[in-house]
Amino acid sequence: MSTFFAQHGSELLVKTWQQIYISAISLGLGIIVAVPLSVVLMKFKRIAKVVIAIASMLQTIPALALLAIMIPFFGVGKVPAIIALFLYSLMPILRNTYVGLTDVNQDTIDSARGLGMTNMQLILKVDIPLAMPVIMAGIRLSAIYVIAWATLASYIGAGGLGDFIFNGLSLYQTDLIFGGTIPVIILALLTDYLLGKLERKLTPKGI
Amino acid sequence: MVEKVPAVEFRDVSKIYPKMKNAAVKHISFKIEKGDFCCLIGTSGSGKTTLMRMINRMNSVTKGEVLVDGKNVKSFNPVNLRRHIGYVIQNNGLMPHMTIRENIILVPKLLKWPKDKLAGEAQKLIKMAELPESYLDRYPTELSGGQQQRIGVVRALAANQNLILMDEPFGALDPITRESLQNLIQNLQVRLGKTIVFVTHDMDEALKLATKVVVLHDGQLIQVGTPDQILHHPANDYVKSLIGEERLSEAKYETVKVKNVMLTNPTKIDLGASLTDALTMMKEHRVDTLLVVDNGDHLKGYISIDDLQRNYPKASSVSDILITKLGTVGPEEYLRDNFSRIMSRNKSYIPVTDSDKKLVGIVTRASLVNVVYEKIWGDKSRLQNTSEKEAK
Repeated sequence: MSTFFAQHGSELLVKTWQQIYISAISLGLGIIVAVPLSVVLMKFKRIAKVVIAIASMLQTIPALALLAIMIPFFGVGKVPAIIALFLYSLMPILRNTYVGLTDVNQDTIDSARGLGMTNMQLILKVDIPLAMPVIMAGIRLSAIYVIAWATLASYIGAGGLGDFIFNGLSLYQTDLIFGGTIPVIILALLTDYLLGKLERKLTPKGI
Repeated sequence: MVEKVPAVEFRDVSKIYPKMKNAAVKHISFKIEKGDFCCLIGTSGSGKTTLMRMINRMNSVTKGEVLVDGKNVKSFNPVNLRRHIGYVIQNNGLMPHMTIRENIILVPKLLKWPKDKLAGEAQKLIKMAELPESYLDRYPTELSGGQQQRIGVVRALAANQNLILMDEPFGALDPITRESLQNLIQNLQVRLGKTIVFVTHDMDEALKLATKVVVLHDGQLIQVGTPDQILHHPANDYVKSLIGEERLSEAKYETVKVKNVMLTNPTKIDLGASLTDALTMMKEHRVDTLLVVDNGDHLKGYISIDDLQRNYPKASSVSDILITKLGTVGPEEYLRDNFSRIMSRNKSYIPVTDSDKKLVGIVTRASLVNVVYEKIWGDKSRLQNTSEKEAK
């Protein structure tokens, strides 16, 4: 183990950072797109079904295939990787946010509207806070997927911890494979833990 | 003189939902005056909630006009309109993620009241809800259903709204809690002079709270009136069924007048008649007392067989043994007010005289029996009647 750190220590830091970087940007984009999209879809329930079906379909494309498909359009490197992972992250966030918003008690919404909230106030002060636990569950799920799948991004030259694993595979070096895999697991668990804390902070008391 | 502007006025209002064959509300017109406690009552699907929600534009008006303070609701910005009309719904509609304090001052906050005013308002309103101030920092789920609805009610008053809409606010509460909340809202309404539009399917509730009852059925207006008018002159069988048999027979008893039960041919004798005549008449009619009238039928008093026997033949005329001390009732008086008086008298009847003191009839203890019977067994006698009809 110590020999692994001695040999690959600095490389490990760089690759871990790349992994975090790719995952965070993909997930961030996913949240920025999926949450507002769900809010809009609430108003158009029929379109919502179609959009969610499309997002589900994207989810069924094998990760490696999706990454490969990106190459003709965006070349190799970080950009196609981020785009592919972003597409993957959409689905859990979209579906959870949509379900969470739909499940907000209709009486509460009716009452808030009847008391004179504008549509924007209704979304920001009632809908989203009340749907927060479900939205956050979707984000946590997406985060774990994205971190795990970002490993494959190395295949199209995006870097990250996947480099260790692929090198390990081609050179048949088990320590490299483990050296890539274990940090990914730790990273995923740590992210889930931190997002859990964030969820508790964002979830309003009383619900 | 300026004509009083009603708080709410419906002018030939209809509501047609797309894809629905029948209109939810059909050609409804009526007014709700300021300070009225107006109950909209009907079975589900009668359009009562739809009608109420048109006032704050939660539902749109398809045809006709809804006016608030004399102005068409369509001329208001809906958000602004709603902020100035209180709104309470069945399941209290408290925001579960806000403390009681935040819930109470929700509307004043939307109206951007200054902060110092908000704090005072929350304290004032929790007192109005008759709950301890410590509840302000709790969340709705920490309160019982009744307590939550108390908050729901005072929240509707938080921005000094003069008009408050309530949609079956006490429907989900147990009878005891409901009654205490009914008392709360009635107190507040009387004390603060608010106009309340209250949707309910419970006639007891409507009759208890309302100053004006609006009965709806299948989107149509059936009857508008005070609780008394509805109770005593229900417009049709639907209204009767809403009121319920029990309440109807009770109401009937409440309004029975003396003239409805009196016998109109009392045995009476002229003031100038002889005692022999009197004795003959008593024998003929098998009575022991006779009412004495003058030739204008004015009641003068009565004679009894005891006095007659004691004084005969010393006295010869009815006027000699006349007893003038005599209680009477008027024909227009309510029986319920005189019931105990009649029942407790040791005489077996009470004479009925009109405003000129003319004898028009008597109420006997026997005639009261029918009234009591109907009050207690009202349903049974009706049942018997219908079964007799069917037999025929």
